[in-house]
Amino acid sequence: MDMKNMREYMSWLYYQYLLITGIYVLEPWEQSIFNTVLFTMVAMVIYTSYVFVPIHVRLALEFFCELVGGQPESTVALMT
Amino acid sequence: MIRTEELHSCNGTLKSRSGQKQTENYTLKNGYHKNEKVQKNGNGFHQPRVRGEDSFEEAPMYVAVLTYMGYGIVILFGYFRDFLRAVGLEKCHQAQEREEQKDFVPLYQDFENFYKRNLYMRVRDNWNRPICSLPGPVFDLMERVSDDYNWTFRLTGRTIENVINMGSYNYLGFAENNVDFLKTVAEKTRQYGVGVCSTRQELGNFSIHEELEQLVADFLGVESAMAFGMGFATNSMNIPALVGKGCLILSDELNHTSLILGARLSGATIRVFKHNNMQSLEKLLKEAICSGQPRTHRSWKKILIMVEGIYSMEGSLVRLPEIIALKKKYKAYLYLDEAHSIGAVGPTGRGVTEHFGVDPKEIDVLMGTFTKSFGATGGYIAGKKELVDYLRCHSHSAVYATAMSPPVVEQIIRAIKCIMGVDGTTEGQRRVRQLAENTRYFRSRLKEMGFIIYGNKDSPVIPLLLYQPGKVGAFSRAMLKRKIGVVVVGFPATTITEARARFCVSAAHTRDMLNKVLQSLDELGDYIRVKFSRHRRPYRPELYNATNFGLDS
Repeated sequence: MDMKNMREYMSWLYYQYLLITGIYVLEPWEQSIFNTVLFTMVAMVIYTSYVFVPIHVRLALEFFCELVGGQPESTVALMT
Repeated sequence: MIRTEELHSCNGTLKSRSGQKQTENYTLKNGYHKNEKVQKNGNGFHQPRVRGEDSFEEAPMYVAVLTYMGYGIVILFGYFRDFLRAVGLEKCHQAQEREEQKDFVPLYQDFENFYKRNLYMRVRDNWNRPICSLPGPVFDLMERVSDDYNWTFRLTGRTIENVINMGSYNYLGFAENNVDFLKTVAEKTRQYGVGVCSTRQELGNFSIHEELEQLVADFLGVESAMAFGMGFATNSMNIPALVGKGCLILSDELNHTSLILGARLSGATIRVFKHNNMQSLEKLLKEAICSGQPRTHRSWKKILIMVEGIYSMEGSLVRLPEIIALKKKYKAYLYLDEAHSIGAVGPTGRGVTEHFGVDPKEIDVLMGTFTKSFGATGGYIAGKKELVDYLRCHSHSAVYATAMSPPVVEQIIRAIKCIMGVDGTTEGQRRVRQLAENTRYFRSRLKEMGFIIYGNKDSPVIPLLLYQPGKVGAFSRAMLKRKIGVVVVGFPATTITEARARFCVSAAHTRDMLNKVLQSLDELGDYIRVKFSRHRRPYRPELYNATNFGLDS
């Protein structure tokens, strides 16, 4: 029962997606082309974020930590 | 999405109406109050009614963004398909020149039909549906399918029966085939035949035509009237007879194509004022009178203000008392096109003049059509006797067009007699009241459900905004599946972001039919998500009208 509701809900979501992007008026093969292109772009965005976002976040955190925590260190280094 | 092929031209640029929405009727305009009492001349006209406010609610911003995005994507695919057709990978269904003529000057303008080819064709099955019964409150459609995505259709042979008709201009329900009501029509057909075979000027002036014109003049409360065979031709062929070069036409932004065509054919200068905006009109009038004609600065020979009673795409009513006050102040003439409002508004169905309590003798040219409320064809022009006599000789439509066919004339005569009550029954008045009640009920229920509805609360034309191109096609098809026939309209008949479905309420609709339609709309509105209205409560105009500044002038 829950699977059926879930399936109906997913098909309603897909229908909304078709209506809002205007794909509803296109022929099925054109819809497939658009879906493929969109899916590819979304997949590329996800892959890029998977590869690069952790590294960028870590580097940014290190940068800020160095700014805050490194201040006493650098002044000490200057004086000696 | 072209509603009819001729609605390509728009009168000037359609600017957004956002600035005008709430600022107008709560303040004084030009020194007179909205509820001005008009001079009555002791004719016993009804007390002028407070005009309800037109609502033009705006949708949330994300809707506009998504609409543009939808159009953008479909246009991209349009370019892609055009490329495939040009390269030859796909068969081109449109008319093309022969191989030998490819080097000549092109016959077919490919790019201009871009919109038609790439968007309209895909959803074309929602228009031109073949009907095989009379267009009353319910009708039968012939089922048709397309094998090649709407380039060609074939009829399956089945009919879809008892589809509720929410699109026909059948305001008073005179599109009927009840034998009792049509007895006089049958008699006149036996007496006069069907063909007239001549123009009014030559041998086509039947006694039945004279009777019709006298009846129309009595119905409207004017001196004299003249009837023509086609409503569109009434406007486009008579305006050139009234104005010419050296005259000025001030026409509303959203006027119908027939008025625009007539104005352009006449050769007069045309200036456009914002829809129903009296400040814009007054500014144009002042400028026109101060500066005169463009280069010579001579005064204009005539200034004609062209407005409509009910605007069919918006459902808004004209601001008649204000326009009459302006017209008197600046000594201009008024041309009122009551195509949709005659028979449909006013306590006894006499049109916007009665609705506002204005004396019809104050309007210079009253024009209307018999197609909407009277269930026939044709149009009329009414006014002073000198005007109508002049038009009989000088109008192209009067001189060259064949006269109206006798059964059609008799249908109009019987409809007018029914509305006036001359035939001895109260059927006409019942229908007028039923229409008003149906309109009020339908509009209030739609507002409660949360749809965005344009227009005045008294107008039987109800546009329901859909905005997005995908939803327009889906809405119409889904309504047909539920056996309700609606008319959807998109660009170019409306602005590109404001595609809509237009309902025309009829006196022949019973409460059950309206309830069925409302229930389907409710379900469909939730399923497709077109309930964009941000104020769910019913609009209460009396709260705003309480501010009476007491400066009646």
